[in-house]
Amino acid sequence: MSLHFIEFELNGRTVEGMTDARRTLLDYLRTDEGCTGPHGGCEHGVCGACTVLLDGQAVRSCLMLAVQANGKRVETVESLASENGELHPIQQMFREEFALQCGFCTPGFLMTLAALDRTEPRPDAEEMRAALSGHLCRCTGYQGILRVVDRLAEERR
Amino acid sequence: MKAAPFDYVEAGSADEAVFLLGEAGSDAAILAGGQTLMPLLSLRMTNPSVLVDINPANDMAGVSRGEHGIRIGARTRQCDAMRDPMVRNCVPALAQAIAHVGHYQTRARGTVGGSIALGEPAAEQPATAVAMGATIELRSGRGTRLVPAREFYVGPYMTTRADDEVLVAVHFPEWHEDTQVVVREVARRPGDFALVGLIMLLDIRQSKIERAGIGWFGMGPTPMAAPLVETALVGRFLSELDPRGLAQTASSQLEPSDDLHATSLYRRTVAQRMFERSLQTLAGKIAA
Repeated sequence: MSLHFIEFELNGRTVEGMTDARRTLLDYLRTDEGCTGPHGGCEHGVCGACTVLLDGQAVRSCLMLAVQANGKRVETVESLASENGELHPIQQMFREEFALQCGFCTPGFLMTLAALDRTEPRPDAEEMRAALSGHLCRCTGYQGILRVVDRLAEERR
Repeated sequence: MKAAPFDYVEAGSADEAVFLLGEAGSDAAILAGGQTLMPLLSLRMTNPSVLVDINPANDMAGVSRGEHGIRIGARTRQCDAMRDPMVRNCVPALAQAIAHVGHYQTRARGTVGGSIALGEPAAEQPATAVAMGATIELRSGRGTRLVPAREFYVGPYMTTRADDEVLVAVHFPEWHEDTQVVVREVARRPGDFALVGLIMLLDIRQSKIERAGIGWFGMGPTPMAAPLVETALVGRFLSELDPRGLAQTASSQLEPSDDLHATSLYRRTVAQRMFERSLQTLAGKIAA
């Protein structure tokens, strides 16, 4: 069992530490960095609650080793709202459209939408819906979330 | 749901991966995108002592044209392969198949070579390699060898790759530009492994089938070719096809399993309907 020194950018600041080879990025973020926004749902890549951005791309943090984040840029849901607590526009839409109930899955949905929001050329509603098929929500029935998608698509037109 | 302990080493190039895998011994594993291997580790369905990570091996990513067709480096990400102009133009079947692989978030990490090397019987990319007659490039300290995809798979997650061999690339032959492609699957949810899946390539010129390639997934212990029906299709005119009879031929060599998701009878029935309708749709499209 090898032990590794890692250093990476987390939400704009440089963090470093030691990790076992087998530790997932999700576990490292939650337990070593206290960054509990990414949630461990299924821990095998199905539910999407652990989704973070790795060098700007939405990925499953449960399907990556912490050691693989070495030298990379990682963004979690904690990076979305501003320092003074003002919500990111997508978070604000989630609130207005009742796109969350228990909130367990929400960080994942938000990070995928944040990645899509930065993508050029801009994805349409259909592409955003397809990308959200990688997330499970057991509360909302998805309708509120899809209203956010429609608003995002409308805003971009 | 936590992996058992292992050692981890990084390979910065294909040659380094070959060297490290050779050093590491028989129970080492290559870690590419991790979108199949990481769940297997978490579920402790596999237990390697060493992981050789090829993510830093940039020479293993990319698409080029070679003497065996379009060469796709093993570590090419699925999201990059499906957008690549050469893949879209010259290997459209693969681009279409990748759209069914996992989700947006897993395609950002998952690789073409990783899926083809592991050989999950219900996965799209191994079946595409089988249907198209792709060639698999394996490299070890003993040299490089090319293996036809149709001879590569021997059982679920079992291939003819030796312990010290690294799958460095997959070569997809270029089919004629008039080739029609069908990629169909039935799954409980988008992104799930298919219950039944079909990759069909028919090179049709002046309504005559010049070449056929059929690959099934989720329909046996490996991705399954259907050579009997390929032979039956080639040389025939679309107007003289018997889709129902051909569907029976196409499914005659399949060995679908019974599991909690679907029965063997269900899978076989869906497969036959899928094949029949695909032929009818293609014939209608060409006639129009």
